[in-house]
Amino acid sequence: MSTLLGELIRERVRPETEHRLLICGGIPCSSKGCREVKESLDDELRRRGIAAEIPVEIVGCIGDCSLGPAIIVYPEGILYQKLTPDDARTIVRQHLIGGQIVETLLHRDPRSDEILRQRETMPFYRGQTRLVLRNCGVISAHIDDYLKYRGYAALARALTEMSPQEVIGEVKASGLRGRGGGGFPTGCKWKLVRETPADEKFVICNADEGDPGAFMDRNILEGDPHSIIEGMLIAGYATGARRGYIYVRAEYPIAVHRCREAIRQARQKKLLGKNILEKGFSFELEIRTGAGAFVCGEETALISSLHGTRGDPEPRPPFPAQKGLWGKPTLINNVETLANIPLIILHGAARFAELGPEGSAGTKVFALAGKVRHTGLVEVPLGTTLRQIVYDIGGGIPGDKRFKAAQTGGPSGGCLGEESLDLPMDYDSLHRAGSIIGSGGLIVMDEDSCMVDLARFYLDFNQDESCGKCTPCRIGSKRMLELLQGITGGRGEEGDLEKLEQLALLMKNSSLCGLGRTAPNPLISTLRLFRDEYLAHIRERRCPAGACRALSRQQGSAEEGNCAEVETVDR
Amino acid sequence: MAVKTDPEEKLYERLDRALKKYKGKPGVLIAALQEAQEIFGYLPRRVMIQVANRLTIPLSEVYSVVSFYSLFSTVPTGKHRLEVCLGTACYVQGAESLLRELQDLCGTEPGKSAAEGPFSISTTRCVGACGAAPIIKIGEELHGEMTPEKLPPLLEELEKE
Repeated sequence: MSTLLGELIRERVRPETEHRLLICGGIPCSSKGCREVKESLDDELRRRGIAAEIPVEIVGCIGDCSLGPAIIVYPEGILYQKLTPDDARTIVRQHLIGGQIVETLLHRDPRSDEILRQRETMPFYRGQTRLVLRNCGVISAHIDDYLKYRGYAALARALTEMSPQEVIGEVKASGLRGRGGGGFPTGCKWKLVRETPADEKFVICNADEGDPGAFMDRNILEGDPHSIIEGMLIAGYATGARRGYIYVRAEYPIAVHRCREAIRQARQKKLLGKNILEKGFSFELEIRTGAGAFVCGEETALISSLHGTRGDPEPRPPFPAQKGLWGKPTLINNVETLANIPLIILHGAARFAELGPEGSAGTKVFALAGKVRHTGLVEVPLGTTLRQIVYDIGGGIPGDKRFKAAQTGGPSGGCLGEESLDLPMDYDSLHRAGSIIGSGGLIVMDEDSCMVDLARFYLDFNQDESCGKCTPCRIGSKRMLELLQGITGGRGEEGDLEKLEQLALLMKNSSLCGLGRTAPNPLISTLRLFRDEYLAHIRERRCPAGACRALSRQQGSAEEGNCAEVETVDR
Repeated sequence: MAVKTDPEEKLYERLDRALKKYKGKPGVLIAALQEAQEIFGYLPRRVMIQVANRLTIPLSEVYSVVSFYSLFSTVPTGKHRLEVCLGTACYVQGAESLLRELQDLCGTEPGKSAAEGPFSISTTRCVGACGAAPIIKIGEELHGEMTPEKLPPLLEELEKE
């Protein structure tokens, strides 16, 4: 037996006894100066002569972006928040050398006024079930760290104890559904690829996180890239593919870099390449970067892009699982879907299925942002209510403003109003409420957000990203955008809403791909929930949220807004 | 001999060397164009022609790819590239007024050639830093929780560089 294999099968978890510092390297933190904090930490540790004893590791997103830049000091697990470079020096002097916790840099819960020392005690984390994000903010992206936390143990188990059919059976039994937005049962997709005869098959990780408002994939790629590689290896073994591609959007340069590093490390450990773990299974992995096109998240467009051409979608069927990259059966799974695979194989389908309601097994990572106190990645069992996410975990709306709506599913999704706060967030409930889980973007809006302008914003996005191949999407989205620009710009007319509804239906029914078929969704759902707001714009030339500048001005109000002069933003 | 020392000609020689590894391989056009853009900063017509010739791909196809993907630019960018994120979280937190303010301050707008000014502005669809919205990306650096008030000192700082 390969020695590495022996090690992988044994369960090990690193005991926390030594001092080490984890600094959040998530993108929001890096935009707030986490690098300067790290430099200052390194410098102070060097000056005190303890740099060799206390490692400082940059880890993936710790979670609550409103705390950034943040570090966790082990072994105690103390979380320090909103740090400046000077604060970092204080921590070294007072905590690491003096043994005294720096009380002033701890998090104080605004609701209870309680000082919370450990991450786990904060409401933002207490309400979460972090499985996919289990390693994010806990370990570095290095393979050695991943191996210490049972990394690649699921691969070892699959290769030694299970046939490819058994792996597929396990994934099917888990009830896992695609986390990229489609929600298609993952096991069924795998089976279809397995059963399509071909001399060559491929596995593609769809890391073209397109929803502008979702960043869980980015975080997993940066914080825990090996979980994706492991998921892809297991998928390759199960489906019979011997080559894989990670298609990452070019807007994520750090993710590309970390994945490249991770692939190199895995190759070095012979976890990629020929005869992996001496079990006769071979698999190669490459990275391809996108070049900025939302439509490339659509499976067939992604394949066109991998072919090196414009990201034009193709009619389905044939599905990529039957005829995909270079005409061969191709499995395309989203990042978060793949990150679930090692867990399912390691702990069994039954334990996975215990989480979440019927038809929506497991957890989902939501990217909580917008008008909410604690922004960041939130992982909860499917079926958790919107209220729990926004209020218990997210801490509610800043300034105690009123919750107006939450937008889920990005440009393909819809809005959930106040009456949906107690709705369980799962595939079927959201579908019934006129929205979708999508890839997990969750944008909270308060009373100051104009829902008409939100629809205009998404239409602008979809119109701009429409590839132009089919007429309903190319022209339909343009006409709809013009109507919405008119309404938010104070030029709305009677009959506009009926025209919009007609166009929406037409686009939904006759567009070629998912982009066009779902592009009207933000409009349809806001029109259903907030029709009176649309009518106020048209009939009274009034924006009830006070957000549309053109309309506020007509009323003589000097209030700042974001709706007006939309044409200047239009590209 | 004067031609050989021309820095621009040097870039075209570099492009030629870079393109060698792509020749004859399928599906490499996007990667080749990305590398070309790294060398030149943008993709002028002559670069597209050279890529087309070396990879024996019709120029029309090269152009169709360049015009399709938003990260390819056919106009030169300024010394400082300012990208305003227009993702949903940034939009909800006021990115559009930030963009208007930035346009006013820099006297240019997205997509304009920045041959004369030090700044060029573009918009991007989510850089994945929604927790710190709204975001402006300057070069490779992200600036979170931006407000219109924070812009003038930031631009002054850049101008000094």
